[in-house]
Amino acid sequence: MGGFPILTAMLAVPMLGAIACLFVDARSARMIALAATLIDLALGIVLWLNYDIGGAQWQFQEYHALFDGFAYALGIDGIALLLIMLTVFLMPICIGASWTTITRRVGEYMAAFLFMQVLIIGVFAAQDLFLFYIFFEAGLIPMYLIIGVWGGDNRIYASYKFFLYTLLGSVLMLIAMLWMVNDAGTTSIPALMQYDFAPEAQTWLWLAFFASFAVKMPMWPFHTWLPDAHVQAPTAGSVILAGVLLKLGAYGFLRFSLPMFPDGSAQFVWLIWGLSMVAVVATSLIALVQHDMKKLIAYSSVAHMGIVMIGLFAFNVQGLEGAFIIMLGHGLVSGALFLCVGVVYDRLHTREIDRYGGLSINMPAYATLFLLFTMASIGLPGTSNFVGEFLALAGIYQINSWVAFVGTLGIILGAAYMLYLYRRVCFGAQVNADAAAMPDLSRREYLLLAPIAAVVLWMGIYPESFLAPIRADIEWLDDRLAAAEPDSDARLTMVQAEEATQ
Amino acid sequence: MNEFMPSFVLIAPELVLSITGLLLVLVAAYGGDKFARATSIVAAIAFGGAFALVAPTVCAGASGPDTVAFGGLFRADAFAGLAKLMIYAASGATLLIAPRFFEKIGWMKTEFPILILFAALGMSIMVSANDLLTLYMGLELNSLSAYVLAAMLRDDERSAEAGLKYFVLGALASGILLFGMSLTYGFTGTTNFAGIATAVSGGVNMGMLFGLIFILAGLAFKISAAPFHMWTPDVYEGAPTPVTMFFASAPKVAAVALLTRVSMEAFGTQAEAWQQIVIAAALLSIIIGALGAIGQSNVKRLLAYSSINNVGFILIGLAAASAAGVSALMVYLAIYTVMTVGSFVAVLLMRDAEGNQIEGIADLAGLATTRPALAWALMALMFSMAGIPPLFGFWGKFVVFQAAVQADLLALAAIGIAASVIGAYYYIKIVKIMFFDEAAGTVKGEGDTPHWALLLICGIIVSPLGYLLTGWLGNLADMAAASLALPA
Repeated sequence: MGGFPILTAMLAVPMLGAIACLFVDARSARMIALAATLIDLALGIVLWLNYDIGGAQWQFQEYHALFDGFAYALGIDGIALLLIMLTVFLMPICIGASWTTITRRVGEYMAAFLFMQVLIIGVFAAQDLFLFYIFFEAGLIPMYLIIGVWGGDNRIYASYKFFLYTLLGSVLMLIAMLWMVNDAGTTSIPALMQYDFAPEAQTWLWLAFFASFAVKMPMWPFHTWLPDAHVQAPTAGSVILAGVLLKLGAYGFLRFSLPMFPDGSAQFVWLIWGLSMVAVVATSLIALVQHDMKKLIAYSSVAHMGIVMIGLFAFNVQGLEGAFIIMLGHGLVSGALFLCVGVVYDRLHTREIDRYGGLSINMPAYATLFLLFTMASIGLPGTSNFVGEFLALAGIYQINSWVAFVGTLGIILGAAYMLYLYRRVCFGAQVNADAAAMPDLSRREYLLLAPIAAVVLWMGIYPESFLAPIRADIEWLDDRLAAAEPDSDARLTMVQAEEATQ
Repeated sequence: MNEFMPSFVLIAPELVLSITGLLLVLVAAYGGDKFARATSIVAAIAFGGAFALVAPTVCAGASGPDTVAFGGLFRADAFAGLAKLMIYAASGATLLIAPRFFEKIGWMKTEFPILILFAALGMSIMVSANDLLTLYMGLELNSLSAYVLAAMLRDDERSAEAGLKYFVLGALASGILLFGMSLTYGFTGTTNFAGIATAVSGGVNMGMLFGLIFILAGLAFKISAAPFHMWTPDVYEGAPTPVTMFFASAPKVAAVALLTRVSMEAFGTQAEAWQQIVIAAALLSIIIGALGAIGQSNVKRLLAYSSINNVGFILIGLAAASAAGVSALMVYLAIYTVMTVGSFVAVLLMRDAEGNQIEGIADLAGLATTRPALAWALMALMFSMAGIPPLFGFWGKFVVFQAAVQADLLALAAIGIAASVIGAYYYIKIVKIMFFDEAAGTVKGEGDTPHWALLLICGIIVSPLGYLLTGWLGNLADMAAASLALPA
């Protein structure tokens, strides 16, 4: 790539777009936002094509010691690369989803979204601890505005809850970061990932980071902001929230908690497993009884994130890879599901499941795509989530069969609530006349859903494209965690141990 | 005479202020209110001159015995210099925006700029005090001017009440301070900070401890740290808005700098004697400031609680009891001054169709659609006050917490930062009212150039562009902290 600062360019394009959007009328703002996100997508594809798989761990590095105390340091590994790709892929879709539905203060809306994109890319690309924190925390501002200004009826409550919950989580992380920098004497994330903190300090540091990431993730019981935020946010807001923002928590565990505090992670492994098991089962059951489509999908997100956590804390390559693939897959699938909800919401202005029914008769194309995403969410073979869930559960099974058992139970429950949702919305008799009169997908909606469907199938059929860039990084992480890995409860090891003693 | 010449050079900025002030008193006495505007301009120029005189000492990091004037009564080091720069800047800003406010209600008096001059002179002496007597002189000059400033609008009941309240409670605090000073003098045998530092270096006895506590209590009143904050909301609400802006910025800087010098220089060897008091005051201020602000409907009262809240964060820097802590505190003060001036300018721009001031928070409703520039600026200021990155207010919180963590005050840092989330609630509430609510349409009036210019400057500094200042500001603050005569 020569010396072209492509990551800075990817930050600058939406930033300039955001500023421009503030000063133009609605039509131009839409065009600018779409152009900026498409340019970023193009830059993202260039980034991926130029990423040297199997090359240096950190690529496209940029370093400027700009500020006192911390540096403007960017750089990506395979994990960050794919998450940046997810972001730049979903962003034009979000802009498209708001094309006609947002009519009020369009310029500010588009500016908020583009600013959001800057911050998310910044979070994944930051190689300086405090630069990361600034990007991580600043994301609260645009999201607060998106929910609060363009959200549903109860948007004020939801925006407060979102803001204060996530803020409380992250401020404790800041104190931990300050301590780490004081102790290690560097703010560089790659350096800190190899630094060994004292085991007793790791306990506290891990808990402080946990406070932040568990809320962002969100893990049960810190998830209560999520259904409110999702339900009240406009469709594109939900897409970006579920698609990308929820990945920040899991990314935090991958980038910080696991490599920086392996002992702390091992110490709290049962906390994570316990909460994740509860999350997988309890939120699935909650999702089963929802009447609101968005709420149902929001709860399903919590359940999926539970599987991600189980995979991450399996401490082996399969688990970590699986967790990462679910992160990507869930980003696409839940984003697409929220778009599907948005499609019918735009027509009928209700998210009440009972108000629909028999949509496969009058909206066959919609029903087909919705079915695909439903199946992907369940984890049907051939879709992205199957690969991830299979790997994650295979990974945890090597460590603890009970956690694997409960996790698998969650998959079954996932099938239950998703199929139940699909049956009530798309199958059955057309009980509501207005729902029966809804037209099928418009060209714009096709353009939004079809690319996601294609990528979901691509990930399901040939996951190697997505596993190759992260393989080296995951193996590095696995080596880093090897010393702290908890004992496995598999019989196999016991037999071997007995043989060894004889 | 000759032996005083070096001292006179060191107090040049104070000389400029006092001579200008005295001359303007004559103008006011003979010329009356028709010279109000001119007086204001001359006073602003005097602040500019004093600023220019101080700036070199700050940039050069002046320290050591060369900065001591009048046989150890006065110190013009970089620490005092940096505080003076903030004080002069805030006072100058007050003079820029005040005329419009007072002319609208027909109360533009010649006394106003003169009182601001004398108040700033008092603060200047406070931050340079190297002796308990200088300290008290500066403090009283500042306080007496401030009491009159609070009661400027004689016809207005709220203003008179604010002045009276401020005076009674301020006099009580001065009495407490004086009592503490006399105890300290009695038990150490000296009023000089360096002498006190030597006397207490072997340990504090009960008398000295009482002296220290009374001094701290008196100064805590002046910076409105909880639990000595009760007067703040009433005085801030009642005083004319430009005066409130002045109270919230310049005297706070002066009193915090003074408190820092007393704690770090005079009692620096006995940090454990005052550290826990400062920690308690810091946490109480953060929590009371945050909780008190929640129910407010008047924007000036809200900003009063917000200033209490901010003082808590400033005290965290002091609690660290290290040079890094003092440096962090100075950085925080500088950013706080900018945010405060910016917020009050925004409040002053809230006018109804007739140009009368509006102070209700509810009147801000829907400002984003009716007055977008004002709303965006105020939003940036509010998020900055809440310490949300990438706005510059985050940097202030960042450095004080960094200092606290380096000083191993982890519990203080964790509780303080968790309590800052409570404060975030009312800052984002203002954003909510401006951006989410339906337009009330009461804010209509136009501002004039100084208002918008000041708001623009403050807005740019609190925006992410402010981070470009971090290296420079951090450097100045480090030199200021290094110039303090910290006992080893």
